Amino acid sequence: MDITVNILLTIATAATPLLIAAIGELVVERSGVLNLGVEGMMIMGAVGGFGAGYLTGSPWIGLLAAIALGAVFSLLFAVMTLSLATNQVATGLSLTLLGLGLSGMMGTSFVGQPGARLPNLDIPGLTAIPVIGRLLFGQDPIFYISIALTAAVMWFLFKTRTGLTLRSIGDSHTSAHALGIQVIRYRYLAVIFGGACAGLAGGHLSLVYTPQWVENMTAGRGWIALALVVFASWRPWRVLAGAYIFGAVWIGQLHAQAFGIPVPSQLLSSLPYLATIVVLVLISRNKRLTMMNTPASLGQPFVPDR
Amino acid sequence: MMRLELVKRPQRSMLFSALSPFIAFMLTIIAGAILFALLGVNPLKAFQIYFLEPVSQVWQLHELAIKAAPLILIGVGLSVCYRANIWNIGAEGQFILGGIVGSSIPVLFPQFEGPLVLPLMLLFGMVGGAAYAAIPALLKTRFNTNEILTSLMLVYVAQLFLDWLVRGPWRDPKGFNFPQTIQFNDSAILPELMPASGRANWGFVFALVAAVLVWILMSRMLKGFEVRVLGSSPRAGRFAGFGINRMVFFAFMLSGALAGLAGISEVSGAIGQLQPVISPGYGFAAIIVAFLGRLNPLGIVAAGLVLALTYLGGEAVQSALGISDKVARVFQGMLLFFVLGCDTLIHYRIRLIGFAAPKLESAPKLEEAR
Repeated sequence: MDITVNILLTIATAATPLLIAAIGELVVERSGVLNLGVEGMMIMGAVGGFGAGYLTGSPWIGLLAAIALGAVFSLLFAVMTLSLATNQVATGLSLTLLGLGLSGMMGTSFVGQPGARLPNLDIPGLTAIPVIGRLLFGQDPIFYISIALTAAVMWFLFKTRTGLTLRSIGDSHTSAHALGIQVIRYRYLAVIFGGACAGLAGGHLSLVYTPQWVENMTAGRGWIALALVVFASWRPWRVLAGAYIFGAVWIGQLHAQAFGIPVPSQLLSSLPYLATIVVLVLISRNKRLTMMNTPASLGQPFVPDR
Repeated sequence: MMRLELVKRPQRSMLFSALSPFIAFMLTIIAGAILFALLGVNPLKAFQIYFLEPVSQVWQLHELAIKAAPLILIGVGLSVCYRANIWNIGAEGQFILGGIVGSSIPVLFPQFEGPLVLPLMLLFGMVGGAAYAAIPALLKTRFNTNEILTSLMLVYVAQLFLDWLVRGPWRDPKGFNFPQTIQFNDSAILPELMPASGRANWGFVFALVAAVLVWILMSRMLKGFEVRVLGSSPRAGRFAGFGINRMVFFAFMLSGALAGLAGISEVSGAIGQLQPVISPGYGFAAIIVAFLGRLNPLGIVAAGLVLALTYLGGEAVQSALGISDKVARVFQGMLLFFVLGCDTLIHYRIRLIGFAAPKLESAPKLEEAR
């Protein structure tokens, strides 16, 4: 029983950064913007979170720094694609490349240093309940944030007027603009929200998952988060499900390596990436359904005419 | 609040089309100066070490050519993809597969020598890269899968595959357990161009030839026209009878073959054996090369040399000033940012609107109208 609980806990830890980054990107894409810089913003959050936690000794300050750095970094993307109407695919790629380089540079002195870890929740009495105690009341704080965030985004997108407006912008920015909606302003806020989420996801990696700084420690998670959004057909609860499936794949291959299964460890390590491809194939196969789900103005630059 | 406003130009500005890479380069220099100052280094001294010292001697120009060759080869291929609005960002993986498949000859048949070895290796490298690039093309055309994500995922798979090969079945049995294959025999080594003055090899010639050939393809042949039409207006392309699916395969496999050629040239030229890591991110840096070169093969040759210089400069400041060589990645990233930003000037004029801009022309709010 204890083993099962432990495995479930590690799956949740692996799924949390994917979930947060994907939920952020989902809001961005719902507004009609494709930000391929998730990996870059995430790694900036990871290095910023670790650095601030390490220098101040407080993982909480690290957490805030991770969010702030992700948001600030995404602002670069927003200025480029929204104010200067640059190609979103290319700009997102350059954000990722810049983030990987900058974080490597900023993190040079952090390599090999012991980091500060965010403490797990511990509620006297509740956490000690067998089995469900640790699952419900004994996880790291970002886990609870990730669940709350998913619920909040669901409510925001589908139950509020602002959410409806945001979705309408994603489906047709020209119509939204004609109705007097401030398309660019909404998109700025969405992109910054996505950046903050990606930063938080990176912070989870360097403050909870492995409390240390390793170069390129995001290891493609930002890209998997992007794939999760497609997999989820732009629906928050499906992102939640997808993130946990991928968390399970990630943890499963680690456990398989630890058990010494007679399969090359590299093959096991490549499973999350191969699984991403398989999942994308399965979900995109139906062209009509995909077209129906995809925000119609996704990735198209918008320049208000006047 | 102050904001930018874009005003569409009646036609694309030829002036900015030519100037934008240079403006972008200047902006990168300025941002780089700020970066160096923040790191506590005199920017002028840093730039001297970064941009001038790596190219101050003849043998160093050879090193520049070695670094530029894969960047140009891959960048030229990617430019065809991007012109066609097809997003292959997995060139790094195709580079690796080219290196692996090409190396299979000297690794598996070390006894096989003679003038036939090298051409076969190069051919195998191109086939390996093209075949690996065909996977995202197949998934896109057959299953409608996003090629950006699949081609990128395949990079990680390729890296792990290479890692497995050199630690497992292809490891040199007499190599003291180092994760590497045997040293290639002499006929599997790409010859140097001018051994008297430096290490540069035939890879650089391949790059120049590829650039010229692709330039001819794009500007003088029907296929190039097809690429551009499908890229700028898929609908018009369909009416003209150009097949989108065929184009996806063409663009992916052409760029894959060139990336594969770059991979095997790097392995048999600069390295001489397979190792766990054979590329310092050439496949990704080549994306920057493609854009910096305006997606024009001849511009890409120049851009490839610039990016190669950023690699060498990064190594130089690391050894001279103790700054991480990651500074090269930062320069490359900034360069791409500024190029993309400056490209806006080709199609738009930028107007700055002051703080209290009167909102005379703004449409009535939805709420007010109701």
